[in-house]
Amino acid sequence: MSDTALANPPTIVPFLKFGADGAPYLEGQQCADCGEIYTTERMACSKCFSRKPFKAVRLPTTGELYTFSIVHRSYPGIKVPFVSATVDLDGACSLKGTLIDVEPDPEHVKTGMKVEVVFRELEHKNKEGRTYVSYFFVPKKG
Amino acid sequence: MSEDVYVLGVDMIKFGRFPHRTIDGLGAEAALLALDDAGLGIKDMQALYLGNVGHVTQFVGQKILQQIGQTGIPVVNCTNACASGATAFREAYLAVKSGEYDLVLAVGAEQMGKGLLGNAGGGDDGIPREGLLGSRLMPALFAEVGMEHSRKYGTKPEHFAKVSVKNHHHSTLNPKAMYQIETPLEDVMGAEMIAYPNTKLMCSVNVDGSAAAVIASAKKARELGMGRAVRVRASALTSDRFTQRDLTLPDFNTCTRDAARIAYEKAGIGPQDINLVELHDCFATAEIVHYENLGLCGEGEAGAFIDSGATWLGGKVPVNVSGGLLSKGHPLGATGIANIYEVATHLRGEAGARQVEGARLGLTHVLGLGQACAVHVLEKV
Ligand SMILES: [Zn+2]
Repeated sequence: MSDTALANPPTIVPFLKFGADGAPYLEGQQCADCGEIYTTERMACSKCFSRKPFKAVRLPTTGELYTFSIVHRSYPGIKVPFVSATVDLDGACSLKGTLIDVEPDPEHVKTGMKVEVVFRELEHKNKEGRTYVSYFFVPKKG
Repeated sequence: MSEDVYVLGVDMIKFGRFPHRTIDGLGAEAALLALDDAGLGIKDMQALYLGNVGHVTQFVGQKILQQIGQTGIPVVNCTNACASGATAFREAYLAVKSGEYDLVLAVGAEQMGKGLLGNAGGGDDGIPREGLLGSRLMPALFAEVGMEHSRKYGTKPEHFAKVSVKNHHHSTLNPKAMYQIETPLEDVMGAEMIAYPNTKLMCSVNVDGSAAAVIASAKKARELGMGRAVRVRASALTSDRFTQRDLTLPDFNTCTRDAARIAYEKAGIGPQDINLVELHDCFATAEIVHYENLGLCGEGEAGAFIDSGATWLGGKVPVNVSGGLLSKGHPLGATGIANIYEVATHLRGEAGARQVEGARLGLTHVLGLGQACAVHVLEKV
């Protein structure tokens, strides 16, 4: 393992990466033939079946809330209510996540609203005591 | 082979909670009911197709035969999430259609346990993904599909809630439904919120249950007498082809539209010819989108369609007269065959207080998250 990898905190999903400057970003895998972008690895493109190697691309940090639900009942230990969100990232793929920094009610959460991707530390720590990082959506300012 | 295929016998147990029974015992009870309904015995069956989710690695089909007669016939245990029962029915249908067998048995059985389906998504690191990366729980996924419809067409929470009012009302006429309780609109909308806009009364009921069908070739049906036979006019099964957001938010619409199109084409009919529908109302939001997916109304018209009363018993095309998954209950592996039972019972004119008068053609639809969608068209003989 390289020094850089050691320096980076653990992440909740494998496609959350860190740049040379240590700043987090989301990485997609783009089909070399049709341009479709995925966040998970696959043997070939789901859309066009191309087997050409995928190209790693940085995902944009802005998008639009395509649809959502406000979850009031979940498993024991899961904090509710929270906003389950499906976001269309601008010019890229869609992404599932939790929308935070907004009142979790239908008066404040609207389909079509502009959102941003942010990165936050979780309460959870790994075996070495290092804090996990995840991504969230927040309403876009301005 | 293009010979017709028939349902000769079909039945289900009253859905409920049976924690002290066994899964094979539940399946065996439905199997015997369906055999009795057909006037046949297990010795007449040439193959068994079993649909189940929770116990499918435990050879449930074989265990059923161990309870009702070990004849050594081939057994296929099918799992396809909520489409498992319909998948077993379809495999049975295809086996007869192919000419390989003349008489086969399809059984769906499930023992559910209470509570939310799935798990919190804790990985090797022990971190639950649920709540951090949105929700993968069924109520939320189907709520997001409903909100997608709201976004496109302005559908309101009241529209979704009316589905529950209707299906709970229908179930008061079905003695085999889990519940027979009227739920007025204010009760549905005022119930505990599970995943907006789905309240508790807009979520399907987790129950245990079983259903079974005896499927016959045309030759065998003629030989045994067609009196109460029901013709299978079409069987369609699809998975999720690539669509824009399917890998992020499961696309329940496209696979349903594909299955409906294939089924209508195979049957040589259109949605306007259908007299009743049992569709996959796992959540109230789902029934609304499936009105359009199955072509029962035009694009964007589902809200007005439920408002019009068209899908109530006595309406233009009654939907989920059984009470649906919302009130009859949803024992995953049994649901697909229970739908076949409901539609066949109307085509036979034996549905009693909830009979859809003059029913000649009926459609069943189930949807398994993953995705698997099955549509069957049944016809009065
Ligand atoms: Zn491609």
